Amino acid sequence: MSTLLKATDVVKHFRTGGHAVHAVNQVSLEVRSGETLGVVGESGCGKSTLGRCLVRLTDLTSGSVEFQGQDITRLSRRALRPLRPAMQLVFQDPYASLNPRRTAGDAVAEPLRIHGYGDAAAVRNRVAELFDLVGLARAHLDRYPHEFSGGQRQRIGIARAIALDPKLVVADEPVSALDVSVQAQVLNLFADLQEELGLTYVFIAHDLGVVRHVSDRIAVMYLGEVVEVAEAEDLYAAPAHPYTEALLSAVPEIDDGSGTPRRERIVLTGDVPSPIDRPSGCSFHPRCPAAQPRCRTERPPLRQTATRQVACHYPLTP
Amino acid sequence: MPEPLLEVRDLRIRFGRFTAVDGLSFALGPGEVLGVVGESGSGKSVSMLAVLGLIRTPGAHVSGNIVFRGRELLGLKDAEMRSVRGREIAMIFQDPMTALTPVYTVGWQIAEQIRAHEKVSARAARDRAVRLLDEVGIPSPERRVDAYPHEFSGGMRQRAVIAMALSCNPALLIADEPTTALDVTTQAQILDLMRRLRADHGSAIVMITHDMGVVSEIADEVLVMYGGRAVERGARRQVFHTPRHPYTWGLLDSVPRVRGPRARRLPAIPGAPGAAERGCPFADRCAHRFAPCDEAPPLTPTGDPGHLDACWLPEDRRRTR
Amino acid sequence: MIGYILRRFGAAALVLFAISVLVFLIFFATPGVDPAARIAGKNADPATLEQVRASFGFDRPLPVQYLMMMKHLFVTHDLTSFVNRGTLVIPQIVEAIPVTLSLVVGAAVIWMVLGVAMGTLAGAMRGTLIDPLVMLLGVFGVSLPVYWLGEVVNLLTQKQLHDSVFSWVPPLGYAPLSQGVGQWALHLLLPWLTLALLYAGIYARLLRGELAGALNEDYVRTARAKGLSERRVLLRHALRCSLIPIVSLFGLDFGALVGGAALLTEVVFGLPGVGKLTYQALQNLDLPVIMGTVLYAAFFVVLANAVVDVVYARLDPRVRRA
Repeated sequence: MSTLLKATDVVKHFRTGGHAVHAVNQVSLEVRSGETLGVVGESGCGKSTLGRCLVRLTDLTSGSVEFQGQDITRLSRRALRPLRPAMQLVFQDPYASLNPRRTAGDAVAEPLRIHGYGDAAAVRNRVAELFDLVGLARAHLDRYPHEFSGGQRQRIGIARAIALDPKLVVADEPVSALDVSVQAQVLNLFADLQEELGLTYVFIAHDLGVVRHVSDRIAVMYLGEVVEVAEAEDLYAAPAHPYTEALLSAVPEIDDGSGTPRRERIVLTGDVPSPIDRPSGCSFHPRCPAAQPRCRTERPPLRQTATRQVACHYPLTP
Repeated sequence: MPEPLLEVRDLRIRFGRFTAVDGLSFALGPGEVLGVVGESGSGKSVSMLAVLGLIRTPGAHVSGNIVFRGRELLGLKDAEMRSVRGREIAMIFQDPMTALTPVYTVGWQIAEQIRAHEKVSARAARDRAVRLLDEVGIPSPERRVDAYPHEFSGGMRQRAVIAMALSCNPALLIADEPTTALDVTTQAQILDLMRRLRADHGSAIVMITHDMGVVSEIADEVLVMYGGRAVERGARRQVFHTPRHPYTWGLLDSVPRVRGPRARRLPAIPGAPGAAERGCPFADRCAHRFAPCDEAPPLTPTGDPGHLDACWLPEDRRRTR
Repeated sequence: MIGYILRRFGAAALVLFAISVLVFLIFFATPGVDPAARIAGKNADPATLEQVRASFGFDRPLPVQYLMMMKHLFVTHDLTSFVNRGTLVIPQIVEAIPVTLSLVVGAAVIWMVLGVAMGTLAGAMRGTLIDPLVMLLGVFGVSLPVYWLGEVVNLLTQKQLHDSVFSWVPPLGYAPLSQGVGQWALHLLLPWLTLALLYAGIYARLLRGELAGALNEDYVRTARAKGLSERRVLLRHALRCSLIPIVSLFGLDFGALVGGAALLTEVVFGLPGVGKLTYQALQNLDLPVIMGTVLYAAFFVVLANAVVDVVYARLDPRVRRA
């Protein structure tokens, strides 16, 4: 599989009140054509910021991002424009990203018009086609956002994102605001579109069940860093980073009387430290149940093992 | 069965012409944990607000019986209801970030509740607030008692809210999605805390949530609601091991799990949450709909004692897992 | 907190400096206009022009001119009006300040009490008849222009009914505190009420909106679930949080009024305050006076802003750290 997107040592700092917040700290990742890369982590781990860095919606502090072999890190807005259709974003709250005074049809037509898709008739046809594709009724073209349910609004958001035949779609918590039954519908839509259009996804979410369901590979983030990258099955079967293990063990599981006993719960103490006062050495060491003296002083790099990449001095699996 | 702590019978809540809760009945024993599951619009939160008499929307109409420790709560005078709220029944809400008044310290707000119900000095109430914060696992509580809510993280705020709810040793704690706004590791901490507190204080808990996993972890009894009605009720094992209502099936199937086989597509429930115009509220989204569904099925006992469901499907069309 | 206050007032000083520079530039460095002619007033003779030029250093570089102007204003206090030749500007302003302060402080007390009471009442009684009635009263207050209301009040109390009902109302004008608190208050009573009515209406509306929002907040629901009385929920929780934006608006309004926005009230009731002084100076294009009052006004607006921010930080713990 070819590499569609390659991020190398991406760093993103924010300045707030004189402090530098390391939202994303030296993240290197590869996204392969046609796959879904899940990015999972708790709030404040930098996963959304990373997503925005990957499509250059925000500028990087340092590091580089290559899209289809082209370095886009320092491209100007103008130079990025022709690349924009190929890289699209889907947001968590579709309502906030839709103009309440424009109809759903207008909202979907907007990216087509901006990028000069064709004359009015061509745009109209394409919008209707997109409505079919995402499972919205053509009869609803002239409705306003508030007339749609949450799930339908997210379908509008998805239609906008795929309007220009993107290669890559970065979806940031696209189902977390939806009811469970609707969440399943939207997840299925993502799967169907990937199959039909050959899309590549970066799927950012905090829900470990959702990420496992959609992803081929998964990157786990903690405090702005990627601590583990592995095939979805490998990661869930045998996590290598103690944080991944704790995260998985914390998920409340449904006991429907069919499965094996659940994983033993590892309850982490304390809260995630502030990205302003990043702990020395391994950022996870103050909460890690398996921390050793070395973890306090030496930052573990993300290194390749037999089955995955992991940033831990003492990984749980090889 | 011993005398229930809380018994709700035929609760109906209308807002103008819209019926939010339509004939809800359930009972809860002392020290029991009841999980109330449902999606938005299921009526799960509003029915629990009704228990505390906290529905204040003009034009709201609440009827039925809400019997707590043998006393009818519905229709109580406000002053009488106030002595129940916070002292006998406490409630915590979903978003810990907004649940505390931003301009007062956490300790002040806990002490305020204690002093609303007990004649104790400000000093004594504050000392108790420190002990409570310590009990819910807030580090250095003597210092934190004087902190403002915005100085706490989300998880700590939810702990503080729980400490406040427990300050008068209530017999019943109603928790409305207490972990939904929290991260998964924090959620695990809070669920552990609630389990421990239940063991220490013996409070019964009503846990309102949309997360089947959370219910599965903490509840003794489960109530599944859809469109303002109870569609299934029973012990946790009954509802999770042998679910009987098509909506419960749908809920269980549509949640992507962290273990077990992965399907490319999830079995989703079509449509959006919301009650059907008439008949069974779930009929419009149900794959098993047939003629009888035009009439609303009552919640009826099944062959298994304690397990009830509201569905017309004959026994041979029920799913066996 | 101390650090915050120092920082805040440091910033205020900086803003004042910037304003003085700006005012100076507008008055004296506008290209194509001879500042000496503007200061000297209409139809000044060449000798006067020459005198002005020398005393303000208009033949020297701009920064020097600025410093000389500030010296005239703040050090030697000898900036003179050229319309009423020989009248010093600063003492005029200093004399007007207590009048304006008396008017605005008194009105502010009345409108805050009235506005908060009306707003709280309406906000707490939403869904009953009280709410729209109180709000109607508020709209009434807002929609009566001060100059009209003031004139009507004067007409009634000074002319039509002066000999019967309002015989206790003193003639228009100001009585300084040295004549006794009673006389002072009596002279100011009607101006206070007239000015306060407008603001009471605005504040009542605003507070009602804030309160309605606060009563829907989660923390109010929590307070109710704690078993607090509705009165306590309303006053200690909802109202306490709703007052925060009111206080910030109050500071701005207060500053603006002291800085001259009470002009209409002062003119209508013949009060020799800063507003009236500015009004007269504007009519005569008396530039030195205008500049003096503009700077004075800026001082109060900026000061009020700084005080508001400090009070705001006192009221709202969330902003203290920023």
